[in-house]
Order: sequence, then structure tokens, then C-alpha cells
Amino acid sequence: MATLAAAAPVRRETEWSVAVAGAALVVFLTAAPFVLYPVFVMKALCFALFACAFNLLIGYVGLVSFGHALYFGWASYLAAYSAKVWGLPPELAVLCGTATGLVLGLIAGVVAIRRQGIYFAMITLALAQMMYLVALRAPMTGGEDGIQGVPRGWLFGAFDLNNETTMYAFVAVVVLAAFFLIYRIINSPFGEVLKAIRENEQRAISLGYKTDDYKLVAFVLSATLAGLAGSLKALVFQLASLTDVHWTMSGEVVLMTLVGGLGTIFGPIVGAFLIVALENYLAPFGQWVLVIQGAVFVICVLSFRRGIVGELAARLRVRL
Amino acid sequence: MLEIFGVPSQALFGQLLLGLINGSFYALLSLGLAVIFGMLNIINFSHGAQYMMGAFAAFILLRYTGIGYWPALIIVPIVVGATGVVIEWLFLKRLQKLDHLYGLILTFGLALIIEGLFRNYYGSSGQPYGVPESLQGGRNLGFMFLPNYRAWVIAFSLFVCIGTWYGIERTRLGSYLRAATENPALVRAFGINVPRMVTLTYGFGVGLAGLAGVMAAPIYNVSPQMGSDIIIVVFAVVVIGGMGSIMGAIVTGFALGIVEGLTKVFFPEASNTVIFVIMIIVLLIRPAGLFGRSA
Repeated sequence: MATLAAAAPVRRETEWSVAVAGAALVVFLTAAPFVLYPVFVMKALCFALFACAFNLLIGYVGLVSFGHALYFGWASYLAAYSAKVWGLPPELAVLCGTATGLVLGLIAGVVAIRRQGIYFAMITLALAQMMYLVALRAPMTGGEDGIQGVPRGWLFGAFDLNNETTMYAFVAVVVLAAFFLIYRIINSPFGEVLKAIRENEQRAISLGYKTDDYKLVAFVLSATLAGLAGSLKALVFQLASLTDVHWTMSGEVVLMTLVGGLGTIFGPIVGAFLIVALENYLAPFGQWVLVIQGAVFVICVLSFRRGIVGELAARLRVRL
Repeated sequence: MLEIFGVPSQALFGQLLLGLINGSFYALLSLGLAVIFGMLNIINFSHGAQYMMGAFAAFILLRYTGIGYWPALIIVPIVVGATGVVIEWLFLKRLQKLDHLYGLILTFGLALIIEGLFRNYYGSSGQPYGVPESLQGGRNLGFMFLPNYRAWVIAFSLFVCIGTWYGIERTRLGSYLRAATENPALVRAFGINVPRMVTLTYGFGVGLAGLAGVMAAPIYNVSPQMGSDIIIVVFAVVVIGGMGSIMGAIVTGFALGIVEGLTKVFFPEASNTVIFVIMIIVLLIRPAGLFGRSA
């Protein structure tokens, strides 16, 4: 890690546009439970964190993982299992799930970063499918039923998470902290190296960076944060199920990030809220959801590649 | 009864046959992916959906117009291939100068649309499609029973695979294709319409998927998710073989089908994950894939 010290000096000050948008996000999340259905906001927040974790890879390292459901889903299984069967308190259950994301990310990362580009996408997808098939059979996941009735428990033995407001506060604080962590990662010297790899990996190598090490660390970070999102979701819904490990979930997180804006700070958050809301409204239309999601993909790729936040940032000429 | 490694020979050869059948489809589909990748430099994520379209097209032809298996074997690949031509012309053409990732995401979106549409009209349960009359029954080979239709699938897919290999590696048209893969600008300078060739190549690859779909209809249930189930395995096959060589895709497809069949005999719990495990091992030992040229 000696190379870290050699990284170019980085602008450390926060841009005003990011500060304003961040403050708006905090205000929104404080007001949201009074206007919106708290479970909806919590669900959207979990997906927002998931999408931000995914964006860390696609937006800042240029790696397209098509198997992020693996970390999200399996973390959610482990969090649910440890809370229900081992009787762990919620903070440890979330930690357990997050650690699952880390370990799986490390294993999958070592295998996947051996190839680039579309091969990387296919490998991550295949690994996720393999673990989906394992989840389908393994006794601990409960197969088609999933793990139901996960107890939310008492946070630090002091806060009762069965209270919707307490649960909301817990989720909001953890997710905001994770957002801040991601922001710090992408603005650190480490993050600058990641962007250099995205722009021109060969040149980054010639500058003496061990790009594979950087990619692996970024991959593990992304998987860990996806795991955190999955663990929170297991507590919010008191359920871990096959939906969260299925490839459609991997596709959904790509969609959220793309709609919001690849490589933007707030894009994945906006995208996640939008897609979760869309799915709520479209739920009665059954299979059309798949068709509409597909159409959104096609439209975004053909004519809206910057996404909502990316487009906005380009119009206002600021970073968001 | 004859036993081999403690397994009755009937069961062993039965699973080997199933493995060869699966391998035929892996080979046909990864061949199509390799052809498309060679020319367009994208991974066709909707390949599974297009295979499913092929199976459904055969099913629809039979149910609503009474057109049977043999005509469908010719009509369906052309129709499905034509939808591919339209897709290339409408969408993929616009992505040529962009990062490959956009092609991947776009075809993923198309796969969702196609699968969603078929689920709307046919639900997620499977539709039956009978084996054509002329191929019903089977023969007893002494050591196993060989259904005629399955023998036909293996023989015909081998024929199609080798025909495609011959067409690309040994004919004049194929040499244009390979040249255009290496250097499209130079080939255009010789007066060859490369963009049209790209469009037709995509159509051909998609047509192959449609053909595989027709062949699969009597074996597997015709269902909207049949494509997404198989395509992820085919991606693993492609990673193992590497997309650099047409023959590599064919050989890997058949070989992995057989390995899967054998795993079903000796270690049934792992039979549906064995290909992924092999992919991991190959990546750790030989990252470029068995037949791949290192990037």
C-alpha cells in the first residue's frame, strides 16, 4: 500500500453543490416518515444503499457486476438467520450479514477480477447464479419460503426496533453514515486511483499502481456495503427470501443506478427511490413490471445515458 | 445388469445422453454468442430470451396454424433472426461507438421485455410440445434405450455447429467476416458493406438461438423463463471456453454437457452447480479460458 502515499494531491474541500444536496437529503429523510409510509422509505433507503454500493464499482472503477444480488441476498439470509436462530441482537445480526457480504465479495472478487469488461459481467452473474442455486437447496435458507418472522429485537438492548419510528431512525442513520463513507472513499486518494483505472487501466499500471489490488479492494468494499443494505432489509421486512438472491435483483440495482446516473454521488439514491415507487404503483399490473423495467433500460441506454442526476448536474454545471 | 464404477450402465448412459443433449444446446447457444461477439463486440444478453422465442414460435405455429415441427425448423430461425436484424438496426447500431457495457445493458433490457411479454400471455407455467411423429419411439442399443428424437437433436446440432464453423473458417464469405472483425475500416475500403454484414451476423446469431429453441421445445417445457435459466449457464460455458474461437465454443459446450451428466450420476447434489465450479477453477488456473487468446 506504499503506492497510496504517491497518489496525486486531491481537492479536499467539499463542493457546495454536494453539501447542499446532502443537506437536502438529510432534511428529506427527517421529514419523510411524517409524509410517506415509513416502510416504503426504509425499503427505498436499503435499495439506495445497495445502488450506491454498486455505483462504487460501475461508476468509479468501471467494473460492471451483474451479480450484486449475491452479496445483498446472502447477507440478508445471514442477518435473518443469526437474529432468528442464534438470537443475536439486531446490531450484531446486521454486522453478521455485512461480514457475509465482505467474505463473499472477497472470494468472488479474487475470481472475477481475473477478467475484464464483459467477461467480468458474465463471471459475476454466473457466481451469483451458483449461489442462488445453493440458496434454493440449502436447509438454512428455507428454500421457497425463505426465513420468515425475523425478530427485530432491541438495539443495544435499549431501543425497541419493533417501534416503527425507532426502526426508521436506525435505518436512516446507518444508511446516511454509509453514504458519507462512500463519499469519503470516492474522494480519497484511493478513490482517485480507482478513477484513473476506470479512465485508462494500462496507464495506471504504467504509473506503478497494482490495479488488480485496487480493483479487489473496491470490489470487496462494494460487496460489503451491499451486504449492509441486505442485512437492514432483512430486519425491516423481517424476511429473507429467494427474491433477493435472484438475478432479477442484480438487474434491478443496475437499473436504479442507470436511471439515477452512473458515477454520480446522488444518482443511485434518486434512482432507487424512483424505481421502488414505480414498482409500488405497478404492482397490480403483474408481469408488465418486467416489460416496463426492460423498456426503461432500453430508453436509458439509447437516449438518457447520464441519468436524472447526471443530466441535472450537466445542466447546472455542478457536481452532484 | 452391467455395472461401471458401481453404477448400473443404464443409468450411466442415460445421464450421459441427457448430458449430450444439454451439451448440444450449450454448444448452439455459445456458438451464437461467439459469432455475435466476434462481429459486434457485445455480449448478447437477450440470447436466452431469443431461444425462448424460438420455442414459443414453434409452439404458436403448431397451436394456431397447425404448422408442425419440420416446417417450423426452417420458418422459426428465419423469423427470430429477422427480429434480430430489426433489433440490430433499431438499437445496437446506435451503440457502436460507446462502451461495450451499454450493449450489455440494452440487450439485458430487451431480454426483460421479451420475457415479460411472454409471461403476460402464457403465464409462467410450461406449455407442452409433442415430439414430431416421424421421430417418436426409439431403439434399444443393448446397453441403453435411445429415443429417436434425442439422437436427432445431437446429430443435427453437431451438423449445424460444424456447418457454421466451416462457413466462418473455410469459405470466402467467412473470410470477409473474419477480416471485418480484425479491421472493419480496411474491409470497407475494399467495397464491402460492413454495416450490413454486422446486421446480418447479429440476425444469424439470433437465428441460431431461435433454432435451438425449436429443437428444445419437445424436450423441455416451453416456458417464458426457459431462456434465463439456460443463458447464465451458457455464459459460464463461454467464460470457460473463451470466445476467441468458434470451435472452442462448440467443443466446450458439448464437453460441459457431458461433465454435467456424469456429475448427475456420481454426485447428484452438485449437478446444477458443477459448470460454475469448473468456471472458477479455469479462471484461477487459466484466466483467458481454455481456447481464449489472452487479451
